[in-house]
Amino acid sequence: MKNIQWFHWAAPQTFYPLAGKLWGPFAVAAALLALAALWLGFFVAPTDFQQGEGYRIIFVHVPASWMSMVIYLAMAFWAFLGFSFNTRLSGMMAQALAPTGALFTFLSLWTGALWGKPMWGAWWVWDARLTSELILFFLYMGYIALTSAIDDPRRADKAGGLLALVGAVNVPIIYFSVKWWNTLHQGASVSITKGSSMAQTMLWAMLLMALAFWAYAIAMAFYRVRSIILERERHTRWAQELAA
Amino acid sequence: MMWASWSDFWAMGGYGLYVWGSYGAVALALLLEVRSAAYRQRKALAQILEQAQDIDL
Repeated sequence: MKNIQWFHWAAPQTFYPLAGKLWGPFAVAAALLALAALWLGFFVAPTDFQQGEGYRIIFVHVPASWMSMVIYLAMAFWAFLGFSFNTRLSGMMAQALAPTGALFTFLSLWTGALWGKPMWGAWWVWDARLTSELILFFLYMGYIALTSAIDDPRRADKAGGLLALVGAVNVPIIYFSVKWWNTLHQGASVSITKGSSMAQTMLWAMLLMALAFWAYAIAMAFYRVRSIILERERHTRWAQELAA
Repeated sequence: MMWASWSDFWAMGGYGLYVWGSYGAVALALLLEVRSAAYRQRKALAQILEQAQDIDL
């Protein structure tokens, strides 16, 4: 097998055109997957016998919640690479992911409130699952505020990276909160050990939407990292030639 | 097909406000993020051009 030269691609100058080629296909995939998921979710998946049509919020609520956690772990992963290899691109990737992660966390809370009101009778309860997800939102906002408050980008990456790594402890707490504490929030809809507790078409609608969000997040990260590269490399010759 | 009519579809069995409030928020949020990312990219490119002109002068 051919040896991929990882450090070659870790240079902002070589990664910029690669990210430029990659974001488009992921954006197209996200749109197609989302259309398929919406079709399944609204026209194929049957009415729920307990929650009627209200349950259909699940097709965006669960994927958004998954992404809120996955993106934070991805940020922590890039932060870890940054500390290990001292590559500049790692910090840029972590910063490129943060806004999308914060957005999905907000959407998880928002759709959760709109689901909780008709089913539980409350927009919000201070239970373990909801509270730990709210903390995740604050971690994202803290990360964004911290990295944008420090002028030196390399120091901003280091400070933000530390927050991303420490905050990652919260992710398993969110995931297992429904097991560890008595909560109002229902348990996992899909579990590795028990399989799915849902009808097949419902499950597929949810998984397709999760894949759509995943592709969207990747497309956004590749798109945004290019802006970050340009902002930081604006004094270099290659960036000036590119903009001309 | 489970929907008798379009108004039946939009009503979502009485959960219309909650279901469309969720999907609408997701659509709006993603749209705004895409727009702000495109704006940031244009700004980054414009900034480089501006500063290159300063050097030429």
